[in-house]
Amino acid sequence: MKRITAWRRRPWAGYAVVLAALAAIGVIYAGFSPQTDRAEAENTAQAAQDLKNGQELFNKNCASCHGLNAEGTKDAKGKPIAPSLLGVGAASVDFQVSTGRMPAMNPGAQMPRKKPIPAFDTELKTDYAEPEKREAAEKQKAQAEKNLADLRAFVTSLGGGPEVPSAAATDPSKGDVAVGGKLFRTNCAQCHSFVGSGGALTGGKYAPPLDKSDVTPTQIYEAMLTGPQAMPVFNDTTLTQQDKQAIIAYVVQTREEPNPGGNGLGRIGPVSEGLVGWLIGIGLLVLAATWITAKKPKKLKKS
Amino acid sequence: MSEAATAPKAVEGPLTFLDDRLGSTTFFKRNMKKVFPDHWSFMLGEIALYSFIILLLTGTFLTLWFKPSMIEVVYDGSYTKLNGVKMSEAYASTLNISFDVRGGLLMRQIHHWAAILFMASIMAHMLRVFFTGAYRKPRELNWLIGVGMFTMGMLEGLFGYSLPDDLLSGTGLRITQGVAESIPLVGSYIYMFLFGGEFPGQDIVPRLFTLHILLIPGVLLGMITAHMMIMWHQKHTAMPVKKQTETQVQGYPFYPVFMAKTGAYFLFTFGVLALLGTFAQINPIWLFGPYDPGAISSASQPDFYMGVLEGSLRIMPNWEISAWGHTLSLNVLIPALGPLGIIFTGAAVWPFIEQWVTGDKRLHHVNDRPRNAPVRTSVGMAAVAFYGILWVAGANDVLAERFHVSLFATTWFFRVAVFVGPVLAYIITKRICLGLQRKDAGIIGHGVESGVIVMSPDGEYSERHEPAREQERTVILSKENSRPEPPAVDANGVPAPGSKGPLGHVRSRLNRAWTFDDIPIEEHGHDEEHGEVENGREPKQLNH
Repeated sequence: MKRITAWRRRPWAGYAVVLAALAAIGVIYAGFSPQTDRAEAENTAQAAQDLKNGQELFNKNCASCHGLNAEGTKDAKGKPIAPSLLGVGAASVDFQVSTGRMPAMNPGAQMPRKKPIPAFDTELKTDYAEPEKREAAEKQKAQAEKNLADLRAFVTSLGGGPEVPSAAATDPSKGDVAVGGKLFRTNCAQCHSFVGSGGALTGGKYAPPLDKSDVTPTQIYEAMLTGPQAMPVFNDTTLTQQDKQAIIAYVVQTREEPNPGGNGLGRIGPVSEGLVGWLIGIGLLVLAATWITAKKPKKLKKS
Repeated sequence: MSEAATAPKAVEGPLTFLDDRLGSTTFFKRNMKKVFPDHWSFMLGEIALYSFIILLLTGTFLTLWFKPSMIEVVYDGSYTKLNGVKMSEAYASTLNISFDVRGGLLMRQIHHWAAILFMASIMAHMLRVFFTGAYRKPRELNWLIGVGMFTMGMLEGLFGYSLPDDLLSGTGLRITQGVAESIPLVGSYIYMFLFGGEFPGQDIVPRLFTLHILLIPGVLLGMITAHMMIMWHQKHTAMPVKKQTETQVQGYPFYPVFMAKTGAYFLFTFGVLALLGTFAQINPIWLFGPYDPGAISSASQPDFYMGVLEGSLRIMPNWEISAWGHTLSLNVLIPALGPLGIIFTGAAVWPFIEQWVTGDKRLHHVNDRPRNAPVRTSVGMAAVAFYGILWVAGANDVLAERFHVSLFATTWFFRVAVFVGPVLAYIITKRICLGLQRKDAGIIGHGVESGVIVMSPDGEYSERHEPAREQERTVILSKENSRPEPPAVDANGVPAPGSKGPLGHVRSRLNRAWTFDDIPIEEHGHDEEHGEVENGREPKQLNH
């Protein structure tokens, strides 16, 4: 200790401490820096590559209508063919592509839901018995998910926009069903019908059914958030996140609910009921009447 | 009527018992053996009768739990998806019947299906009566009672549909309010009187409940009784079969045959309703949700018998006349009153118009075959087309959604079809009727093809025709060939009775339209009058 105390008093001590500190920092920096540097570089490279993949997918599948810079296109008369995608956000891309509506087959009043193209088919069947077949399918599915994510990232990079909702925000078991039913009847039923069996709109457009095979909770959320096609946008000030979750809870729990009264007859109200009444009710009774009148007594007792 | 003088032994005992006390045996004795003609289509009206009985029974069950009250309550029951939701007591008690009362949902569903079958069978029965001409003298009054019951049934159904106060029934009431308000001058007074204040108010459900369970069923019960007693008194009409004439009924006695048949048919009706009530869900009000004037659903339809009104409303252009601070809402008034007015008024006056046009004042107990009264059948089909198109138009959004057509396209299609359809139906039906008449004339004139090819001595091949079977001939020959009226003005310039004045002129014109293309069907030798059969459009009349 005495020696250190002595050295502290030397004129060069200050410089020595500064040097030592610099050296230590240098050593510590050298110890960590190369690694982070490499990781960051790798990340950036990967992101760039993903973005590149997203752009390639965009150019291949979307640019022909939406334009190379996603600025939208118009026909010769100035009528829009496809809208601009600047600022539509990841949620919109995810909804349109994962439901197969985009890339569109042909322009019409409304893009129908269909099986997504193989490059984006995230619902791919993977439950094959043969391991190699399953592995191939799983790989393809993973690629599709990555493709979709890349495309989302690319479109977001052009102008931002709403993000894909988290799994927790769309969990149908967490919403308030009673509130959801009320909100659904006030905001959704006029087009989608009281339990979401779908309905017709003007000009050949329609509100699609909300059955299990039609739409996932995430897609319902994205549709409310982005207002695809004829649907209005229900942003977070119109319907808060809890409201959206409540609506999802109502739709999902109602469509999973069995019909206590027998066959649901499509859950489309009195039209199918009248049809059943005439065809089955009157039909069966006419058969019974024919049968009864065809029965002749063998002989009438004289009395 | 073939009536036996004595009753069967099995009823003799009870009848003596009754006779000793009431002195009514002769009445029962006569009526136990009353003969009823047999045809499947005669059972259609019975579906309505038996549905009505089941409606009374299930309806009574429902009144034990239903609370006709618009007081707001917060639901807390077995249907957890609506827990904590504010609703009227009427809706809450209907949920209670559906989910908490034992057998309640089944009863509700049977009640609703019975209402559907009640109206459907009335329609089917009325069509049968119309197309066979069974409304002709002396049965015009019973026809009028039938039209009245159909109207009452519609009201009864509308009121019952409105009771649970769910989203669909509330929408129906909203339309009812609009219709009431559209009536010129007194509209808003009628609306305020009916609802006891602003829509929806607290009064409408209790009021409709009283009408639904007391007044209209009572009126219907009275009308049904009158309908049945008149039918019993006048005897049922019969199809033109062998041994059936205007003065003699061919059929089976009430006891034991017809009683067994009709009893079995009650059980069939009950069975079909129980099957439907068990396996087919109807009016799931828990899916519709409680009524809220701010909410509406697509595919909001009434029950099928109100569909014609819904369709008229949907295809009506938005016409309004505003003058002197008042608005005349033709867009609601015309669809609400026009089509049903045409159908019901037309149905009610038709028997009298037909009588006036044909000049046929005789009693009829044997039915016409539809083909033998082509104008009547064609007018009937035109009415069916008119009603049917409006009916389908009421489901236009469901059609557009299910069959992927544009909603606007369906609206415009129905707007055109409602005028073109009846005309087409008239023309096509008339042609079919005349074609069938011609075929009948061919069968009587030439016989039926036997499938035997014979060669004449000259070497000519021909198919041998054989006379039709007796039964078939009786049916075909039941046709009454039309007799042309005497000319409106005879050789001396004296107008024929009934053709005087402009009204008489219209009558002769209509009479000619009714009869001019009738194809006479007569039994005569094969050789003579060959051209008559083939060339049936000429209004020639055989006079032998």
